[in-house]
Amino acid sequence: MTDLAIVVAIGVGTYGLRLSFIGALGTRPVPPAIERPLRFIAPAVLGALIAPALVRPEGVIDLGPGNLRLVAGGIAALVAWRTKNIAATTAAGLLALWLLDTAA
Amino acid sequence: MPASSARTAALDGVRAALPVLLGVAPFGLIVGATAAATEIGGLVGFLSSPIVFAGAAQIATIQLVDQGSTALVVIATALVINSRHLMYSAGLAGAFGDFPLRWRLLLAYGLTDHLFVLASIRYERLIDPVGRRWYALGVALTLWIAWQAASAVGVLVGAAVPASWNLDFAVPLVFLGLMPGAVRDRPALAATLVAGATAVVAAPLAWNLGLVAATLAGVLTGVILDRGRP
Repeated sequence: MTDLAIVVAIGVGTYGLRLSFIGALGTRPVPPAIERPLRFIAPAVLGALIAPALVRPEGVIDLGPGNLRLVAGGIAALVAWRTKNIAATTAAGLLALWLLDTAA
Repeated sequence: MPASSARTAALDGVRAALPVLLGVAPFGLIVGATAAATEIGGLVGFLSSPIVFAGAAQIATIQLVDQGSTALVVIATALVINSRHLMYSAGLAGAFGDFPLRWRLLLAYGLTDHLFVLASIRYERLIDPVGRRWYALGVALTLWIAWQAASAVGVLVGAAVPASWNLDFAVPLVFLGLMPGAVRDRPALAATLVAGATAVVAAPLAWNLGLVAATLAGVLTGVILDRGRP
């Protein structure tokens, strides 16, 4: 199988995963028993995407002050909470990590 | 709905997506640069951006091809990593339900982590179905163009970006910036914290399964704490 054929197979499969419920449900209303849990997917997936990147940057759990990504992420979290601004949060986190890296 | 309102909604989507590009662009650069430097090569590596349009699965594909994995293992791994799109599809099915079929076929192709989160936030207030679909299209198109451009630039400039910039760190930072919009009450905050803790512990699980397990744990927490609320 060529590399391109592998990529195409992944692309087709991924499209199927994305279309699944959106394509099948149509105009039928979502049952309330399903709708309630759905509102927690976004907050949950954000926590699951962020936490390992901050707490296990090198693959092992590191909660100490020597983990610069955790410290920079904490500073970025404060900025996120105060400003509710994605660009300010990202800039603050990158700048904090660069300064900590340079100082270390 | 007049055309001007559709345009307003689309521009609203473009505006919402612009700050997110701070994380999308570096990730795309990394995908392109990694592809160009490994077995899969710059051309097929770049083509994975329009064909798959999912960064984590593309990186995994590039790495597994480089390690000489069999086609079946590469495909299965990438699809398990992308299984979170099943959750996103379920999450948006209700909001997309009254769109014409061709809109649903198109927007499904553009469904990503960022579109899901941005739409989940915005749809709490945006009721009109025409506005909702143009908003989603504005977000999706902005992200799509940026992703293709960034991975192409990554293929071309390769390792020219200094590692000391830590640009890969922009990816979790953008998700952090999205949190205040997505986490509105205590059950939602609990869902975030439980999912985060679970993801840290479950990170060694193969195929990125930790992400799905953690999300399910977070959703379950939110549902339990949400019981009895109106």
